[in-house]
Amino acid sequence: MNRHSYLLPWFVAAAVVLVLPYVFTSGAALTMMSLMGFAIIFALSFNMLLGQTGMLSFGHAVYYGLGGFMTAHALNVIAAGKWPIPLPVLPLVGGLTGLSFAILFGWVSTKRAGTAFSMISLGIGELVAACSLILRGFFGGEGGVSTSRTETLRLFGISFGPQIQVYYLIAAWCLLCMVAMYAFTRTPLGRMCNAVRDNPERAEFVGYSTQMVRFIAFCVAGFFAGVAGGLAAIHYEIVTASVVGAVPSGYVLLMAYIGGVAFFIGPIIGAVLMTLLQISLSDYTGAWQLYVGVMFVLVVMYAPWGLGGLVLMHGPLLSAGTFRRVLPAYALVALPSAMLFVGGVLLVETSHHLLVKATEGPAMQLLGVDYAANSPLVWIAIVVLLVVGGVLLKRLAPRVSEAFHAARQDALSKRIAA
Amino acid sequence: MLELILFSSLNGLLYGLLLFLLASGLTLIFSMMGVLNFAHASFYMLGAYFGYQISLHVGYWPGLVLAPLLVGGIGALVERYGLRTVHKFGHVAELLFTFGLAFIIEELVQMVWGKIPVDYRVPELLNFSAFTLFSTTYPAFRMFMLCMSVVVFIALLLLLTRTRVGLIIRAALSHPNMVGALGHNVPMVFMLVFGVGCGLAALAGVIAGPALVTQPAMAASLGPILFVVVVVGGLGSLPGAFIASLAIGLIQTFAVAVNVSVADVLGHVGITLTRDSIGGDLWMATVAQVAPIIPYMLLVLVLIFRPKGLMGDRDT
Repeated sequence: MNRHSYLLPWFVAAAVVLVLPYVFTSGAALTMMSLMGFAIIFALSFNMLLGQTGMLSFGHAVYYGLGGFMTAHALNVIAAGKWPIPLPVLPLVGGLTGLSFAILFGWVSTKRAGTAFSMISLGIGELVAACSLILRGFFGGEGGVSTSRTETLRLFGISFGPQIQVYYLIAAWCLLCMVAMYAFTRTPLGRMCNAVRDNPERAEFVGYSTQMVRFIAFCVAGFFAGVAGGLAAIHYEIVTASVVGAVPSGYVLLMAYIGGVAFFIGPIIGAVLMTLLQISLSDYTGAWQLYVGVMFVLVVMYAPWGLGGLVLMHGPLLSAGTFRRVLPAYALVALPSAMLFVGGVLLVETSHHLLVKATEGPAMQLLGVDYAANSPLVWIAIVVLLVVGGVLLKRLAPRVSEAFHAARQDALSKRIAA
Repeated sequence: MLELILFSSLNGLLYGLLLFLLASGLTLIFSMMGVLNFAHASFYMLGAYFGYQISLHVGYWPGLVLAPLLVGGIGALVERYGLRTVHKFGHVAELLFTFGLAFIIEELVQMVWGKIPVDYRVPELLNFSAFTLFSTTYPAFRMFMLCMSVVVFIALLLLLTRTRVGLIIRAALSHPNMVGALGHNVPMVFMLVFGVGCGLAALAGVIAGPALVTQPAMAASLGPILFVVVVVGGLGSLPGAFIASLAIGLIQTFAVAVNVSVADVLGHVGITLTRDSIGGDLWMATVAQVAPIIPYMLLVLVLIFRPKGLMGDRDT
């Protein structure tokens, strides 16, 4: 093993980011990848609180949104005054704004941990959202604050007009922030955050102020959320009051948790997946948010390590070569899972058609198959799929966990033997 | 002026009592299970929509009974098959579960009843004005809401302090293991309390639905206020929740009626402020405009200076 081998994943990430626009060349794909860029920063900054320090925030979009607003205002001031400041440094304005407000609000909210912290974060989120209706000068009222990213100082003739240039700007910031946030988890302070999450009492006894650790983590998270907000402002060229509200705060929670908060890579997976779902799924179905909600609840109930955690769990099995021993059990549950999935989708789509598109009549199409939404046959199929799939899955699920645990045990003993 | 004070007090009292119908269930559930039920306001919304749906077929009054029963049943099922599953993962997972539930309920309601408000009407029987004071009339339905809230409050008080069931519930609040050791089925008590709490929220929904607006956003707009009530009153304290409900109800109602800004007040002492002076929007904002912020300011202040809340006996 080379002593610089830890750099390898980052070089791979950089290469992927560089090459992606040549693989997915369409304008829509480019936009989607830009959205993923700042969603990743936002989700990772949220996970600094939830995954790393154990603070569940319901108001993280405050720092994202305020960072976005300040970046938009800064862009306008720079354009009006013809100041010699290039666009690529502007997300820093957002970051510093996020940091300042995190210092202000964090001083109040990090005095408490656990449920009380969640409540205060919710209260502050509502407070700022309500303020956006009063302070019309700063938040721009209903129309928001619009700006133009092309009127700043140009370096090397880059105008940042075309989306591809904005993509690379966002990608560069995204990589930078990812490296910085990963590095933060490796510092003694980052480790102290974990200690405060797992056993605050013991952390106090070791001599650390848990409040101070929470406060610093909160400020750093606020900074990165602000950077993400600044990038979002540059991408959209408009910021409306809704970005500081409860909806984006809840959304980032969904992203990070579905991806998995226990692993650094989890929120990245969550951000990519959710952005993908948001854009592509919303083309196919009007009920996409329902799927996201159901997915979230299922993850909370059955896979609290998130989707990223589910994948990473198999790492030791793969390296020890015991992975194929779990495959028969997985094959066994594949059918009932598929039945439940198809039944669920059929139920949601059919009822969505009947309820929301009632005026279009019962004829509908799902994945290229035409059928009538009100035919009893369809509903019998839904009930059969859900009931049979559910019963089978409940019967077979213990076998899967048995097989998995046996395989993991073998992997562990193999490693010890080695 | 007298007219304004009188009607604001009545409306504030009404709003406060409605808040208490919701907050009482929320605070009971919290002190028993340690779960802050994020979806509590969603059950209130479900109550209003169920009541509306029932009123379309058989009129308002059956809905007043059926909707809370239905929603209470749903709540009990959620506790039995949802919350109990995530309990082993800790309180954060429970909070997240109820958060996801609130999200799903809002989506479902939008799917079934649409995104725009539904026309949930006041029943014919109560569609007249109860009394006229000065020049303002007061609708009879609001008097009915007031009476219902008071009746439920008294019933809850009697149930908790004067019956065996109440005794067991109060014992399970502080010493669940001991109650279990005495042979009571504590998980069953939890399920019942969760169900009754959700049913109470639904009752508030049926009562408030026709007077306020029945729409998919009603849960998201009321939920945070509820948390404020429960935290300000002291988590787990019923009397605290009662006082905090009334206080927030009255403060918000009075604030909405006051149309004075800082600039107006300073104008009387000779300092003129306009929208263009520094922090212009801040000085021009009237108390009525600031009203939505007041509960959250109160929440932050209480958590800083008195973390136990008004009547609570434990730190939040």
